[in-house]
Amino acid sequence: MPIVHTELTKLDNSAGFPTLQVKDLHFAYPDGHEALHGVSLHVAPGEKVALVGPNGAGKSTLMLHLNGILSGGGGEVRVAGLKVEKQNLPLIRSKVGLVFQNPDDQLFSPTVFDDVAFGPLHMGLPEAEVRERVMRALAHVGMSGFEERLSHHLSIGQKKRISIATVLSMDPEILVLDEPSAGLDPRARRSLISLLRDLPLTMLVSTHDMFLVHELFPRTVIMDGGEVVADGETAVLLSDDALLERHGLESPTRMLAML
Amino acid sequence: MIFPASVQLLHIPDGFLSLPISVVSWAITLVLLYFAVRNAQQVLDERLVPLAGIMAAFIFAGQMLNFPVAGGTSGHFIGATLAAIVLGPWVGLLAMTAVISLQALLFQDGGLVVMGANILIMGIVPTFVGYGLYQLLRNQSRGVMLVGTAVASWVSIEMAALITALLIGFSGTSAFNVAVPAMLGVHALVGIGEALITVAAISFIQRTRPQILAEGSVAGSGRWVVAGLVIALVVTLFAPLASASPDGLEWVAGEHGFLQTAKDAPYQILPDYTIPFLGESGFSTIVAGIVGVLLVMGITYLLGRLLQRHEPVTSNQ
Amino acid sequence: MHVSTFDRYEQRSSAVHQLDPRVKVVLTLLFIVSNVALPDGAWWAFAAGWALLLLVNRAAHFSFGYLFKRSFIALPFALAAVTVLFTLPGTAVASWQIGSHTLTVSDAGLMRFASILIRSWLSVQMAILLTATTQFPDLMHALHHLRVPQVLVSIISFMYRYLFVLADEVIRLLRARDARSARLTTDGKLGGTIWWRAKVTGSMAGQLFVRSFDRSDRVYNAMLSRGYRGHLLTMNPHVMNGRDWLMAGVGTAVLVIIQLLGWLT
Repeated sequence: MPIVHTELTKLDNSAGFPTLQVKDLHFAYPDGHEALHGVSLHVAPGEKVALVGPNGAGKSTLMLHLNGILSGGGGEVRVAGLKVEKQNLPLIRSKVGLVFQNPDDQLFSPTVFDDVAFGPLHMGLPEAEVRERVMRALAHVGMSGFEERLSHHLSIGQKKRISIATVLSMDPEILVLDEPSAGLDPRARRSLISLLRDLPLTMLVSTHDMFLVHELFPRTVIMDGGEVVADGETAVLLSDDALLERHGLESPTRMLAML
Repeated sequence: MIFPASVQLLHIPDGFLSLPISVVSWAITLVLLYFAVRNAQQVLDERLVPLAGIMAAFIFAGQMLNFPVAGGTSGHFIGATLAAIVLGPWVGLLAMTAVISLQALLFQDGGLVVMGANILIMGIVPTFVGYGLYQLLRNQSRGVMLVGTAVASWVSIEMAALITALLIGFSGTSAFNVAVPAMLGVHALVGIGEALITVAAISFIQRTRPQILAEGSVAGSGRWVVAGLVIALVVTLFAPLASASPDGLEWVAGEHGFLQTAKDAPYQILPDYTIPFLGESGFSTIVAGIVGVLLVMGITYLLGRLLQRHEPVTSNQ
Repeated sequence: MHVSTFDRYEQRSSAVHQLDPRVKVVLTLLFIVSNVALPDGAWWAFAAGWALLLLVNRAAHFSFGYLFKRSFIALPFALAAVTVLFTLPGTAVASWQIGSHTLTVSDAGLMRFASILIRSWLSVQMAILLTATTQFPDLMHALHHLRVPQVLVSIISFMYRYLFVLADEVIRLLRARDARSARLTTDGKLGGTIWWRAKVTGSMAGQLFVRSFDRSDRVYNAMLSRGYRGHLLTMNPHVMNGRDWLMAGVGTAVLVIIQLLGWLT
């Protein structure tokens, strides 16, 4: 019998808080490496934001702060107005749908059903509702019928879609994805793009795939050296070649022009 | 495709152990598993399941690694000592238990009813003995620590082989005075492979991620040395007690008029297991066993002190 | 590159496949215990045990060859029991002269040896049938229902899940090593000493270990992100129905009959 947590009720966002508020976030790893030097960021409900930058910019570190896995370096994070701190973590983690880059890290349960059910089950929801959410989440990512499959039998494209389902079933406020298109062949990538386009969720997506950025995300945030160096309309940022080059990025239009 | 090879002789199938022996083995195993679960959870809390599970997969996969020795044969490793060193003995035991149960359940590599015995053989004995011996030398210099690791690995395999022979013998499936030397002999070679690979692996880990080794240690290392020593002694103690029991050999001797040589027969087969001046009795073999184990521990310790004088002591937690 | 040989489940739509996994596990264990409990030379009981196996095999829609082919897997271990042929007191059946020793096979020894082999042979087949008719996640559910601590069941489940991932990594490591294992002539000597080769293998093991350790960290984070707080919750869909209880009863009754056969003849 799952334990029912009475505190996990729907977050009240009638006050109109931004979905995500990051204020002056600092963080240094135990080995001394300073990963974040005062990062600030707001994401409004419904926005689809791309997070880009060279390796080591602090993107993954930032993402791990959004649901409290990393903390303690100064600054604060709020999800729909609720501060990310120890006593709120269970609720926060049901609101932030964090999908890791490697689907073999995200899919750790025996079957697909078990993985997609993991989130809602640990939220304390009754079994009937868990089952319903699993079916809905799988339908959303186009993987209905895969419930009894064992994860290791699936292709990477299928695994990536189910990874997204594992957080959709929690009904999150914001979807946070780390390199969703990495390792996908063109067809799987196309399929993922359609999926992300059709999902009516607030999103923050870290990626190296500049075509993906151009196609799906109206707003882009560029990070480098643990700081936000640019934050604005994608079309504007991607046409600033100097800016892109300074931070180790390639403009998609320039890449096309080289053909 | 690759089939995970394990040392065939240490996974006992169903039917080779008597029910009483199976029950006793299960009793010992269950008690130790209870403590393992409790202590591991105290140390690791919610990290236990993902860590132990993935480490168990590592041990299993590690058993697939091999290296060509000669002709078509290859050496490979079991990993109980490695698991104990990097994970600590309790978590290491849980990981080995997972490996053994999966091997039995999925591949029939080891029986189901005798799984308690197999966990005793490949989980409990080598993990604790290996860990105990490792603790003797881990605070010395790097070179000495590696020697300690090699000895610990080798002895742990020999102990596992010995207890396998004992369990089979007490079940009436095999004659002690053939099983014991055969198992010990074969696994003396296997143990060398285990020692080499374990040392190389630990050396690699120590160079790249020393903090993992520091984490794996459990408080009160002296206690563990004693535990490892006690287990090794207890197992060794039973060996000669068993071979002293009256056997079919006397019947054979009677049948063919070799009565006068009957008493000598076991000792021709086991020349190494007696101390000459103590003469013909199980007692001499018991003493031989104890002496053997003490000798190994003593040499290991002396080696540690000796090498310490000749090598700079690096700070090792 | 995928390793899929770790699955032993054979999909069929049979009554045996659909039987509650708890019942299958318990009956398998009881069958094995029954075999071991039978006295030496209980040929009729052993034959009945074999008949039972063939019956279950058929009911699971497997061919005769399917089970028979796999049944000899434990054979190598028979070597360990060879000595009982010569050491059990009884009437001499055959003997050989080897140097100054005479090895004599007794009838009791022969009976014990054969009985050990048959017991092992029968037991392993039931274990094979168990695995072939029950998916691994269901096996885990069965263990949990049978009161095995959740911690242990979860560890085994994780291990199973990541076997494939790690096996793939091992294959990649082995391939990389093979790609660099050149020889000067086709049947030339392998380079390097045994020590060196062991060292290379050990480094591979060390590398694999570090990667596994890091992976366990990432998986832990993924679990935390979805609400894990140390107590793993799962849904166990298995409910015993009438047919399951019936099978449990019938199975137990058959085993009792086999025991009677063995001890009364």
